[in-house]
Amino acid sequence: MALATSVDVFPVRAETDVVLVRQTVRTWSIQQGFSLVDQTKMVTAASEIARNTVTYGGGGTLRIEALQDSGRRGLRLIFEDQGPGIADVDLALRDGYTTGSGLGLGLGGARRLVNEFSIESKAGQGTKVTLTRWK
Amino acid sequence: MERIPILRMGKYLLVTIQVDMHDRLAMQLQEDLTTRIAKEQSRGVLIDISALDIVDSFIGRMLADIAGMSRVLDAQTVVVGMQPAVAITLVELGLSLHGVRTALDVERGMKLLEESIGEATRAGADEGDGPGDER
Repeated sequence: MALATSVDVFPVRAETDVVLVRQTVRTWSIQQGFSLVDQTKMVTAASEIARNTVTYGGGGTLRIEALQDSGRRGLRLIFEDQGPGIADVDLALRDGYTTGSGLGLGLGGARRLVNEFSIESKAGQGTKVTLTRWK
Repeated sequence: MERIPILRMGKYLLVTIQVDMHDRLAMQLQEDLTTRIAKEQSRGVLIDISALDIVDSFIGRMLADIAGMSRVLDAQTVVVGMQPAVAITLVELGLSLHGVRTALDVERGMKLLEESIGEATRAGADEGDGPGDER
């Protein structure tokens, strides 16, 4: 069972928060002993989802958990917003699909960059995306 | 407002991205750069991203857009200095930077620009109908 050894919550409301999220996730990834490539993957995935939280979710929060599971260390990021939600999650995960002006790579791309990915969304009730990466 | 400086080096423009860019700053660079290409009739643009520790889908799209816009303005773009961890992450994210030429460092990027502009000029002279389309 994964145990959270340290937890913190950050606002993800404005574009400038996306930059702060990247810096925060970088610091935590280093603390968890991630290699440079793993740090880069985690920070990039966080950047994609944080932008979605601001652009599509109307802002929300990021909860970071430093994890420990029988000796192995990891990092979990939980992005939550109370925005309009995603009507069709499977479609949203498809590469190239976007309702905005982006490339449609954010969700599907972020999923490829982490070890565990989950998304919960209900139309009208917001979206929760969880990203976990192990060292 | 904060801006990314654009330096002129002979017939080329050099942009060194040294800050963690938020999205609006990236859009501003796009605008500034196309204005400068037209104003100074630059034939080439070098974008040094060696200080960037991530390239997510937004920054990736900005680089591809700059390359596309420059091409339309008859200028070549070369992106130089991408960190290996960034390259690995970018491909896994699903971004291939289609249409963007890359080189390992500024010196090689400059050489690539010299060659491609030389070729374009020769091709234009041979066919007698202006600079050839590089693609």
